[in-house]
Amino acid sequence: MLLCGSVSADEPAPAKQQELRNLLKHDCGACHGLQLKGGLGPPLLPEALADKSDVLLLDTIQNGRPGTAMPPWKSFLTVDETNWLIRLLRQP
Amino acid sequence: MNPRYFRFFAALLALLSTACSHTELRGSGDLGVVIEREKGSVQIVNTSQPSPLSRISDLGDLSHASVVFSRDQRYAYIFGRDGGLSKIDLLQDKLEKRIVQAGNSIGGAISQDGKLIAVSNYTPGGVKIFSAETLEQIADIPAVYGEDGRLSKVVGLADASDHRFVFTLFDADEIWIADVKNPKQPAIQKFKNIGKQPYDALLTPDGRYYLAGLFGESGLAKLDMWQPEAGVQRVLPDYGKHDEKLPVYKMPHLQGWTSSGDWLFVPAVGQHEVLVIDKHNWQLIKRIPVVGQPVFVTARPDGRQVWVNFAFPDNQQVQVVDVKDLSVIKTLQPGKAVLHMEFTPRGEAVWLAVRDEDRVMVYDTETLTETARLPADKPSGIFFSSRANQLGL
Repeated sequence: MLLCGSVSADEPAPAKQQELRNLLKHDCGACHGLQLKGGLGPPLLPEALADKSDVLLLDTIQNGRPGTAMPPWKSFLTVDETNWLIRLLRQP
Repeated sequence: MNPRYFRFFAALLALLSTACSHTELRGSGDLGVVIEREKGSVQIVNTSQPSPLSRISDLGDLSHASVVFSRDQRYAYIFGRDGGLSKIDLLQDKLEKRIVQAGNSIGGAISQDGKLIAVSNYTPGGVKIFSAETLEQIADIPAVYGEDGRLSKVVGLADASDHRFVFTLFDADEIWIADVKNPKQPAIQKFKNIGKQPYDALLTPDGRYYLAGLFGESGLAKLDMWQPEAGVQRVLPDYGKHDEKLPVYKMPHLQGWTSSGDWLFVPAVGQHEVLVIDKHNWQLIKRIPVVGQPVFVTARPDGRQVWVNFAFPDNQQVQVVDVKDLSVIKTLQPGKAVLHMEFTPRGEAVWLAVRDEDRVMVYDTETLTETARLPADKPSGIFFSSRANQLGL
């Protein structure tokens, strides 16, 4: 797989990756479901995100979606970490 | 063996086995259930010891799971996120029955007479009603709204007196009362335009008021269950209007909203505050500053203390409010991700679910010190059988 094969410069360290997975599962999962099938927030499964661009997802995670319950995460996630999470979300 | 000895040993054996089964007898009033969200299991616990008794597994996705109890406190009904509804026998440590009744579910309630279980669903949006005995479906109430018949996610489902369930439509800004005197054909009364994005609701412990928290605007929507025909009224319509609202990393939960004497304790949405409301005139009497955004605001059963836990990133802390002078008297650091708190029936102890530390912690509520800890796999919710006797829980 392309992602795993190449360790890019913006790849978070293994411990950080574990922390990010935990955040995704439990804190994002609080609204989007532990298995990301959706809850008060919409599902985040690969097929649900297929028609959403990386730019849109990055903006949504970093800055939130005003008028909805989606908060901005930029105080807790760098752009690189957010992009790593987006790649993780897109993996089947 | 000499037949006489044989008879003696047989009798002794029978006596021993009777004695053993007697020691296994279990009362139901001091039992509880701890949800292990990631593993999809629950632990049955004894709250007097305190100790774990058994674990029941394979209950599906238990993120955001909640529990109600049969009135005889023998059975726990567990509502899973994946639409699973599981009936557990607390006396025999076994799964009695499990059905998957919807695609995505959020909570449930048991009727006043203990005969019906209602479940609120996100997908498909609505409420379904089941027999508490057999889990057979009795009625389906799709949460249809708007011109084009869309289905709304349903939140804040509670049992009310006089054979009613009451719930809130998140996407439709509506509250519905379902009269289930004839459970096969619930009679629905709808209240529209109650306020934007009602995200959860609760029934006050006396069963009189149903209050929905609003995410999309300030204040709460209040319905008087004694006279629903009076309609929905807004409480604290101007609260926080001019304050900058902080991002909300976890929706507050309103089942734990607390009524202590004349006061109602409410988590402020997007603020680091607990609000105190006077139930006689529905005015705000105090904003208690706390260390984060409150998720659960739960009173000790005697109403003397209110315990508060918090949303990410402040969820390693718990604060205790002394109701006598409405101020924080203690800040505890139980561990990472305290998700839920449950008091023993008369409140001498409180149990905390500390998710990221994989443990449940028990605190003495008088000394505010830890007295026990029990291992649990990513615990998210703790529910004690004393809930069986409380309206709205």
